Amino acid sequence: MSNDVAVLGVGMHPWGKWGRSFVEYGVIAAQAALADAGVEWNDVEFIVGGETVRNGYGGYVAGSTFARALGWNGSRVATCYAACASGSAAIEAARTRILAGLCDVALVVGADTTPKGFLAPNIGERWDDPDWLRFRLVGATNPTYFGLYARRRMDLYGSTTADFAAVKVKNALHGLHNDNARYRKQVTLEEVEASAVVADPLRLLDICATSDGAAAVVLTSMRFARQRALDPVRIRAVSTVTPRFPNTALDMPDIATDSAVAVSPPAMSFRASIAHAAYEEAGIGPEELSLAEVYDLSTALELDWYEDIGLCEAGGAEQLLRDGATSMGGKVPVNPSGGLACFGEAVPAQAIAQVCEVTWQLRGAAGPRQVEGARVGITVNQGLFGHGSAVLLSK
Amino acid sequence: MSQQIMPAIEGWFTIGEEPALVGQRCTKCGTIVFPPVATFCTNPSCSSREFSSVPLSRTGTVWSCTDAHYQPPPPFIPTTDPFEPFAIAAVELEAERLVVLGQVATGFGPGDLKVGSSVELVLEPLEVRDDTQYVVWKWRPTSEASGS
Ligand SMILES: [Zn+2]
Repeated sequence: MSNDVAVLGVGMHPWGKWGRSFVEYGVIAAQAALADAGVEWNDVEFIVGGETVRNGYGGYVAGSTFARALGWNGSRVATCYAACASGSAAIEAARTRILAGLCDVALVVGADTTPKGFLAPNIGERWDDPDWLRFRLVGATNPTYFGLYARRRMDLYGSTTADFAAVKVKNALHGLHNDNARYRKQVTLEEVEASAVVADPLRLLDICATSDGAAAVVLTSMRFARQRALDPVRIRAVSTVTPRFPNTALDMPDIATDSAVAVSPPAMSFRASIAHAAYEEAGIGPEELSLAEVYDLSTALELDWYEDIGLCEAGGAEQLLRDGATSMGGKVPVNPSGGLACFGEAVPAQAIAQVCEVTWQLRGAAGPRQVEGARVGITVNQGLFGHGSAVLLSK
Repeated sequence: MSQQIMPAIEGWFTIGEEPALVGQRCTKCGTIVFPPVATFCTNPSCSSREFSSVPLSRTGTVWSCTDAHYQPPPPFIPTTDPFEPFAIAAVELEAERLVVLGQVATGFGPGDLKVGSSVELVLEPLEVRDDTQYVVWKWRPTSEASGS
């Protein structure tokens, strides 16, 4: 029996710094997705919101906030929080309800309004919160972790800061004509290397910004899509796995890793296990990928993802990049949307935006950034507290 | 100085001549946990909730390092005004087979370290409050590693 659901509609509110309510962005994205699907809001049986933790109670109950703004329609409602993977957790909730046969039409919405500068922990003294303690005791921001991963790549695999800069140059070029991207400007190697160091070896232009934005998808059962004689893009698998003990890579926001003294580390790192679970669930391997949308919180992290989604062995990412394999026109273009480099992160919307991009690509509707003959695409991300996700889609 | 010296967080490390991080060792499976705040063993195949307190190795090797060129937001406590960049290292403790994050001792930058460099644990002041100096652990390159 097929475990596919149809992505009938996708929609976004452009990323930027608009200074308006996340609800407005979310509703605009939702209406765009509904229009794209040809589905009325009143026909939606289940709405799932990606929670935003920076917008008060309305953000904690994002699902019902969007439902109310669209007009109460009596649908089932849920809200998901899974840090950067919130959007895919929301997609997974909708998908599993559809696959269980409990509904045919679901709407998934994520939207955020984000503060300026570093993402800081919530205020107040919280001596039992690792996210608070890492700032207090170590001064470790998110870029600290990106810097650690980047430096480790350099020392282990011989990556250079020029490789990292080349990722930014590539993604800036990809996002140049993406109307939903916040930054649509060509960037040169020299500009990256002239930007201020934030967390050695990473510079300002190596690290993604935070943005306002929203994305939405309409998911339906395959039966519903076929009744309308549609041949939609399908979600083949969703992975939202936790790490396996002992997790020996230092993940945000932890101050220490698990100890491997009593139990040997798993064969696969947490990041690699995220995509692997999606491949296993779909019975599709990385060799079948036409493109990937990966979570480039930093340029160096994009290189880590090449290995973690199986494009190459550990240490092989720089060569793939240098060969142009991950650029538009290459074997597997990575971040044809421009990635976080061009968007900036809007936490609960970002994973949904990745799915929007892959859907447009698989429809052949991505315009000037279209990947030729795209048939299979994957999205991956990793967030705080052992959250990560991958969504595998095909025509 | 008549100031009393206290750890910036209780129970995570000892102070004195040979300061050390303090971990929990599961009495059933031997798993070590740091920070020592576990109620339950972190090993999914072990349901123990009994731990003994163990000092962790005072030396280790660098898993990776970086620095902070911009002042982190609160609750970070700046120790210099104006802000000066500081280095941060993730350090692998061989015996315990875990990695612990910490600032690098004052005076050293990421250029003084690379993956595999040896470091040792030292204490440095974090803040002074009510006549008490609160200290925090940092990683200091050991002589053979800091030759650059
Ligand atoms: Zn145990």
